[in-house]
Amino acid sequence: MNNRIVNIASKGVLLVLGLLVAGAAVAAGADLGQTTKQATNWVAIGMFGGFVAITLFITKWAASKTRSAADFYTAGGGITGFQNGLAIAGDYMSAASFLGISGLVFGSGFDGLIFSIGWLVGWPVITFLMAERLRNLGKFTFADVASYRFSQTPTRVFAACGSLVVVAFYMIAQMVGAGQLIKVLFGLEYQYAVMIVGVLMMLYVLFGGMTATTWVQIIKACMLLVGATFMALAVLYQFHFNPEELFAKAVELHSKHGAIMAPGGLIKDPVSAISVGMALMFGKAGLPHILMRFFTVPSAKEARKSVGWATTWIGYFYILTFIIGFGAIVLLTQDPTSYYVDGDLAKGLKGGGNMAAIHLANAVGGNVFLGFISAVAFATILAVVAGLTLSGASAVSHDLYATVFKKGKADSASELRVSKITTICLGIVAVFLGIAFEKENVAYMVMLAFAIACSANFPVLFMSVLWKDCTTKGAVAGGFVGLISSVGLTVVSASVWEAVLKHPAGSALFPYSSPALFSMTAAFVTIYLVSKFDNSRQAQLERSLFPAQKVRSETGLGAATSSGH
Amino acid sequence: MVDEVAARVEANPKYHKLVGIRSSYSIIMTICVMVVYYGYILLIAFNKEWLGTKLAAGMTTSVGIPLGVGVIVITIILTNLYVRRANTEFDTLNAEIIKEANKK
Repeated sequence: MNNRIVNIASKGVLLVLGLLVAGAAVAAGADLGQTTKQATNWVAIGMFGGFVAITLFITKWAASKTRSAADFYTAGGGITGFQNGLAIAGDYMSAASFLGISGLVFGSGFDGLIFSIGWLVGWPVITFLMAERLRNLGKFTFADVASYRFSQTPTRVFAACGSLVVVAFYMIAQMVGAGQLIKVLFGLEYQYAVMIVGVLMMLYVLFGGMTATTWVQIIKACMLLVGATFMALAVLYQFHFNPEELFAKAVELHSKHGAIMAPGGLIKDPVSAISVGMALMFGKAGLPHILMRFFTVPSAKEARKSVGWATTWIGYFYILTFIIGFGAIVLLTQDPTSYYVDGDLAKGLKGGGNMAAIHLANAVGGNVFLGFISAVAFATILAVVAGLTLSGASAVSHDLYATVFKKGKADSASELRVSKITTICLGIVAVFLGIAFEKENVAYMVMLAFAIACSANFPVLFMSVLWKDCTTKGAVAGGFVGLISSVGLTVVSASVWEAVLKHPAGSALFPYSSPALFSMTAAFVTIYLVSKFDNSRQAQLERSLFPAQKVRSETGLGAATSSGH
Repeated sequence: MVDEVAARVEANPKYHKLVGIRSSYSIIMTICVMVVYYGYILLIAFNKEWLGTKLAAGMTTSVGIPLGVGVIVITIILTNLYVRRANTEFDTLNAEIIKEANKK
């Protein structure tokens, strides 16, 4: 069995390397006039090849440790708090936050800082209210926690819907981002890039399960932190480690001058500000691939350590992106010929505003460092989609197959088989969607994933764990209200109604940047009202089970352990 | 079996003490984070000019920058303060409760 896995895995390596070479060869000969595709960057491809080789080697090792469903979903619960903290940080420091936030700082200065703070502040709230309770009540998926004392079928069906919808939107955004990014970074064709991501992610998840996914995430997080630290130090070195000098030079060179030192147009009105803030703050407490990470550690203590470390690394990383963005303003505008379209400052950066960090890598560390950062950016997407696939696969195999269809009587082997089949299906669907959405505007999709997570998954999780009167009917009704209202309001907001569906500007019915404030409130109110009016026998039984659930969630008594998972 | 132990935990005053202290501590910490974050956001929404004023005459750095970095640093500090207290003080109390419930 093991030999077979090793064989298949090594064939996978060959296949991927083959694809890389073939893709590069095709790209090199392709017509460069039609897209912004850059010349093939062999250093970057080589570095990325090295990353792939190391991670596939780890996958081979992880495959020998992945025998049961528990190994597959949660690495047998044997990850330490520090490792898991890095892996959570890795899940969270996506290419969007690295390139997007440094690009935002490059474009408008101060606003990038506001944005990154929004992405960070949810972590302490998860630490204070959710982390240990999740670990104590859960086993493999967040549905384990939500359905702890509830009727299994409706709660699991809802949780699986919530997970899969969030995973789908997040995944499309990542796949399209991967294709676009790689076109610019490596000079590969869009389709090849999407296929390479799909194949590699399937290999990691299929053979290495959570163990491989976690280590891919840890390696990538370390590479990203080291790379970003080097860039920030290289920038500060030029200004004698005095931020004031850096800011002064940036204000002098930036086309907006003094305006980059003050809040600009990012926050339009207080309602949007609060709504976006809520989506970011509570959304991450509803992202299935993040929640799943809490079950990979052996105890509540390690779960707390995980979020402590994750918050520290993510916060540190955001401070670095701020310095990187300002460094890019100073260094790139001084050399327009190398970094701007036609060498003209007015025409913007080659490859678009999100390339600021990438060009800066070239400016401070030359082509080799540029290759390193490009490889890190690709690895980032790869690691995030692997985590997403794993959480989607477990929603199908653990929640739908094992609990709903088999009524909890599925054995570990058949559950594992279903999750592997699902992984393959999700990989194919992801590649297909990635190609289908190539020319679409997907900017709203990550925000939509956060809005759904905070309006559907989070209220159900929160109320089922903390409110004694919550019932199945209330939770499921409220969850679906949150799910439908967040998707519905996003469709009629400017980001979809005008930008995607091409209705005239100003015709959007919903005027704010995020539906979270309204859809999350609607979900909580529905859960409250429906539970209050639910006096069925089932509801009374569920309420009577609350004290025992509370003892377990608070003390960890009877919680799944690393060995008995 | 676990239910009996759970019932003994429920009957132990130490359990209610633990839940009481830890809940109020986590709620206070949550409120601190909310006040800091939404305070900053509302400042941006209602008083952009003040955030854009220079730290001192002749300087470029504006008030908003050290404040913003401060929000990030405070977030990291509060999280780690909670983790440290929960992993020492609360976990010791928790271990005692479990031990007492299993002994009887």
